[in-house]
Amino acid sequence: MKNRNESNNNTNYIPIIKVENLVKSFPIKGGGYFSKKKNVLKAVDNVSFEIYKGETLGLVGESGCGKSTLGRNILRLQEPTDGKVLFYNQNILEYKKKDLRKVRKQMQIVYQDPFGSLNPRFTIGQSIGEMYEIHGIAFGKEKERKVKELLETVGIDSNRYDNYPHEFSGGQRQRIGIARALALNPEFIVADEPVSALDVSVQSQIINLLMQLKKDLGLTMLFIAHGLNVVRHISDRVGVMYLGNLVEISGTDNIFDKPMHPYTAALLSTVPDIDTTIKKDRIVLKGEVPSPASPPSGCKFRTRCPLATERCKKDVPSLIEVESNHFVACHFPLVDGMTIKQALANKNKNKEF
Amino acid sequence: MVKLLDVQNLVTGYQGKNGQIKAVDGISFHINRGETVSIVGESGSGKSVTAMSIMRLVEFDNGEILEGDIEFNKKKITAISNREMEKIRGSKISMIFQEPLTALNPVFTIGKQIIESIHFHQKIAKKDAYKRAEELIKLVGISEPKTRLKQYPHELSGGMRQRVMIAIALASEPELLIADEPTTALDVTIEAQILDLLRKLREEKKMSIMLITHDIGVAAEMSNRIIIMYAGKIVEIASTEDIFKQPYHPYTNGLLESVPSMNGERGIPLRSIEGSIPSLHAVPKGCRFSPRCPYSTEKCRTEEPPLEQKDNRQVACWHVEKLLISKDSLEYTKGGETIEK
Repeated sequence: MKNRNESNNNTNYIPIIKVENLVKSFPIKGGGYFSKKKNVLKAVDNVSFEIYKGETLGLVGESGCGKSTLGRNILRLQEPTDGKVLFYNQNILEYKKKDLRKVRKQMQIVYQDPFGSLNPRFTIGQSIGEMYEIHGIAFGKEKERKVKELLETVGIDSNRYDNYPHEFSGGQRQRIGIARALALNPEFIVADEPVSALDVSVQSQIINLLMQLKKDLGLTMLFIAHGLNVVRHISDRVGVMYLGNLVEISGTDNIFDKPMHPYTAALLSTVPDIDTTIKKDRIVLKGEVPSPASPPSGCKFRTRCPLATERCKKDVPSLIEVESNHFVACHFPLVDGMTIKQALANKNKNKEF
Repeated sequence: MVKLLDVQNLVTGYQGKNGQIKAVDGISFHINRGETVSIVGESGSGKSVTAMSIMRLVEFDNGEILEGDIEFNKKKITAISNREMEKIRGSKISMIFQEPLTALNPVFTIGKQIIESIHFHQKIAKKDAYKRAEELIKLVGISEPKTRLKQYPHELSGGMRQRVMIAIALASEPELLIADEPTTALDVTIEAQILDLLRKLREEKKMSIMLITHDIGVAAEMSNRIIIMYAGKIVEIASTEDIFKQPYHPYTNGLLESVPSMNGERGIPLRSIEGSIPSLHAVPKGCRFSPRCPYSTEKCRTEEPPLEQKDNRQVACWHVEKLLISKDSLEYTKGGETIEK
């Protein structure tokens, strides 16, 4: 079933964000404790993709794959080491502080734990109102009116303007976090695991709110999460990350119905689902995610990949458009809806000859 | 079927700053031999407290079993002394926790901790205990047991630590394994590995598992029966198949519908349960779910529904029929506005 938003996007196709060869590395100590040798850990390693106006791009991956780092680097909450981030074709990495502040109005972030991002000594009215004051938009009564309006939009009673964060439940705090991000009418929002800390019954309320806001305000969203069912539900397109690399990106239906990267396929095959009637070929990956400080040579996934060959040890696969709008970074992508099992059988057959 | 664990009318209270709260308030259920039962609930539902009560660990944590009986193998473990309980805890009933790093001692090697638990329950020579530790490590799927036994917890990854915890729990060949959110802190691919391991061990060791989880998907894949808890009460007990085919309690129904499925229609508003989980300091009168329930009536707000047998399951609701009849025409509310299906 085609999602209605997806068809809209296809006609528009205006990239609001364009990420080009983005690298974020952190210095780590190499050698012994007293050694002066410095190594680097590449949390985000040469990632390029676009986010189109009005779409929700889901970003999935396991912990340490660099998805949150990527989100923060796009907003320059962390400074990228290399590469470009274009916002409407302007490289914001070249912006000075003053210009950056202007563009920040249009780009906001929602965090996983709103309790950590709201000042406990500010009332929520102050916390949200601060946004208007910093950017010189509204003060005093006008500010209060705007904040109250915003609170109602996200489903919080505006009479609670003078309450403190601890007086709200987790779900309500997340609504406040969203209100704060929306205060300046941004065009683009990074939602970093916005529902991961919430209970199931509250989680769906927040997902609904985000979908509603996207529709009403025409928001573009980068939705970072590890819950695959949530990402599937909310996203128009999905990107999959592994050890700092973007390994696959395509429309949500493509990713979930016919994944091409073996990692994506394995990831999807093991998600515990409430629909027990569907029999799946479970592919349980062996081993664990290698340390990003010393990633494997060639394809970083090869140590866990059931399909890996000699070639994967040497050549780094680049992200290629294998089918239209379906990009994969793999030497042996699963084309035509092939499963890993079938691909394995083929591989073994070829070996015999 | 033989009942291995039988919990009758268990009430567990905690002494808090603002007086006593009942984290578990009168629950009854049983687990048969060789059966896997999941307890599913959101935060504050009392699912972990239930486990801690069965292990008799609540008393070390400011809590107290106020009422009710827990029978294990026909033996009342609520009535025995703590010293006697030590013979059962960790030996007949073992437990694994969500965060293995806090459950493992950081200053002892993995080997020492496994051997310690072997020695605690069995009087065998050091050499034999070491051999047994090696076997256990292999059993839980860790390669190079000799090296691993010499390592400290911080040298292992999250998934490995959970495997070590399982090895320790299995050291005494328990009849019941309580797994409290064993995969919540782990990544999806590692979660799959651990769940596979638990499945394999269940077959090999013929043990019962009580799995505590908030993830209804994990419960669906692992268990024979599912117990749904809400605010310290059991609201529904049914076989896994039945519960997913047709939940009888409005809360179970809401819970299932608020989880996006992997094959459902995307982008549509999810059904959600209005409001939020009540604080245990102020539990609603009558049925605890009534303030959030789309079917609640005056009766729900005043009288608490008992957990009763209905068809092939147990459910605590006054209006099961209402749910079953109107399931298709139901209107759900979201943030004040009503969405029609």
